[in-house]
Amino acid sequence: MSVTARAAQGHPSGDKRFKMLDARMRRHQHSPDALLEILHGAQELFGFLSDDVLVYVGRGLRLPLSRVYGVATFYNLFSLRPKGEHTCTVCMGTACFVKGAGEILAAVEAAHSVKAGSTTADGKLSVVVARCVGACGIAPAVVFDEEVSGKQSRETVLARTRGWTGA
Amino acid sequence: MTGDELRQIAENETARRRRCKHRVGVCMAAGCQSLGAERVKAALESEAQSAGRGSEVEVHGTGCLGLCHAGTMVSVESASPDGTPARKLYERVDALGAAELVSHLVAGGPEPADRRVPADSPFLAKQTRIVLSGSGEIDPERIESCIASGAYSALERALSEMTPAEVIQEITASGLRGRGGGGYPTGLKWATVAKAAGARKYVICNGDEGDPGAFMDRSVLEGDPHRVLEGMALAAYAVGATSGYIYVRAEYPLAVKRLRTAIQEAEKLHLLGNRIFDSAFDFRIDVRIGAGAFVCGEETALIASVEGKRGAPRPRPPYPAASGLWGMPTLINNVETYANVPAVLTRGASWFSSIGTQKSKGTKVFALAGKIRNTGLIEVPMGITLREIVFDVGGGIPGGKKFKAAQTGGPSGGCIPAHLLDLPVDYDSLLSVGTMMGSGGLIVIDETSCMVDVARFFMEFCRDESCGKCVPCRTGTVQMHRILERITRGEGRPEDLTRLEELAELMGATSLCGLGQGAPSPVLSTMRWFRDEYEAHVKEGRCPAGSCTMKAPAVARPAGREVRA
Repeated sequence: MSVTARAAQGHPSGDKRFKMLDARMRRHQHSPDALLEILHGAQELFGFLSDDVLVYVGRGLRLPLSRVYGVATFYNLFSLRPKGEHTCTVCMGTACFVKGAGEILAAVEAAHSVKAGSTTADGKLSVVVARCVGACGIAPAVVFDEEVSGKQSRETVLARTRGWTGA
Repeated sequence: MTGDELRQIAENETARRRRCKHRVGVCMAAGCQSLGAERVKAALESEAQSAGRGSEVEVHGTGCLGLCHAGTMVSVESASPDGTPARKLYERVDALGAAELVSHLVAGGPEPADRRVPADSPFLAKQTRIVLSGSGEIDPERIESCIASGAYSALERALSEMTPAEVIQEITASGLRGRGGGGYPTGLKWATVAKAAGARKYVICNGDEGDPGAFMDRSVLEGDPHRVLEGMALAAYAVGATSGYIYVRAEYPLAVKRLRTAIQEAEKLHLLGNRIFDSAFDFRIDVRIGAGAFVCGEETALIASVEGKRGAPRPRPPYPAASGLWGMPTLINNVETYANVPAVLTRGASWFSSIGTQKSKGTKVFALAGKIRNTGLIEVPMGITLREIVFDVGGGIPGGKKFKAAQTGGPSGGCIPAHLLDLPVDYDSLLSVGTMMGSGGLIVIDETSCMVDVARFFMEFCRDESCGKCVPCRTGTVQMHRILERITRGEGRPEDLTRLEELAELMGATSLCGLGQGAPSPVLSTMRWFRDEYEAHVKEGRCPAGSCTMKAPAVARPAGREVRA
């Protein structure tokens, strides 16, 4: 049985999301150079890239796990750990930096006892630092889940994150 | 698709535009969207409907209108008696503003004058818009709207009237230089790829705008994607490529969405695909999405990333022009470079080269940000002085603070201090003062920011973004960052400044790619112009700007316990 045929059978767990991942790989003809696209897709489906998913993608694209793991860990946007229910992304681009993004980040970290790049113990909030979300005109910018909000302050950001965590 | 059919689409669209008295464009770029542009657009539509004048007012989304901090921006194009549409720009439009605006347009109500941006305001008057000419006028999500404003007409003309060599000749004659930062002559690059031998050739558009504080490419891709696609198609025709990729940052989901729509629409009309304009020219474009790695803006790293690998650069030569994507000759240019191409071919090389300075032709798009009143997107002719950009177009520094420096070129660039405010902004002048044009981020720093801290900020960025392939960059950025951090904590030592200079020289000379070679630039540049600030930190234990939390003046450290940097 060829590798591709094996992958096409889905995952032994019966998780439907693997079928959807198969469909994405088929759309790229299981081409190894589609690795980034497939990992993006996998992260959308699963929220993060577990070892299981990485192995599955490697098989599907006929790539060694070392290559898949190497790429998944190289790029900042791929997460190998589950994210919190909500994500607060503080932009630390230059424009936001000179307008006080550092203080906003410090306030969020202190208020929720969490370090940038990690998730609160109750799994409710992930705090992430972005390199630049390109919203420099309305700096400092903070992204709440998917929604970019400009001209933020310590107070406005904490109001949102506290609303999520109930803290 | 033939040229006549293209013109027919344009005519139909123009006729459609004429039927409505007012065309209202709501800025749908990322900045305004986050300030509620969707709601403003809906309010404008419903106000026009409820006034019973829905057919007179066309409300459409459009690209970045420039004044991002004063969003939501709205442009109004009204038919005037002599047929030429008059355009007005409004800022800070909210639901209330939308109601006032519609009542002014259809019911003769008073103009919301306090929201009007005067046409003679320096913000508008000092700009020359080539790349951004469509932003505000077109609806980027409708190809017909772009065609009516001239999209694909340059491609049609090139395919029917010009040989590839003539296209290259025109680009060379225009003096266009790469807008990604380096300023390499575009015509020369195209000619090299055209001459290179290979079974296939590729055209890549670098949209991995990673410089923090820069959002020009984002705005162009979101506001006028067809301009970039057309530029790429012209480049492909000139160099003999049949396949192209646009590499866009994953942080720009809206740009990705608009590009995908644009490519689909262009394919539907056979403006991309096989036998474009019934010529023998085939060209396809795929979008590739990055995953958050600054180093992928370096061309060889970007190519590795398109191939689905880690974005690690490789030594050059061979340059991508000889051996790029999958080992084939590859043309790689920045978004803004491609966006200039259709205008050069439509209006001619001599028109283009009449704008700018002797060695830097045309315009440059800048993202103005930081401590400046008019934060947003501007396009100015090359050679404009920094003073004009900051104080006229940018409106000066808010809060009565003093201008201290402007940072250009991102983490590979440097600062321009106040005494050089009259410097003309072009590739060579910027290089001569130790910074560079870069992709166009221009961040204004006022007296409240500490320059050592700014240098530390950029070094931290480079440290985190170093891919780790070459030693000078991997360890050099860590060492330099440690020293800078120590200085900003008030624990700097007298020998630190010499150490920084030594490391900077070493990294600049021996790093593999532009990231490592350029990483010391912000440090060298701030040391050159603001050495007194460094010395105040190290020798006097104080931060002149008052932004670093300094420790109490350090007591002399016990000898022999040298903590390794």
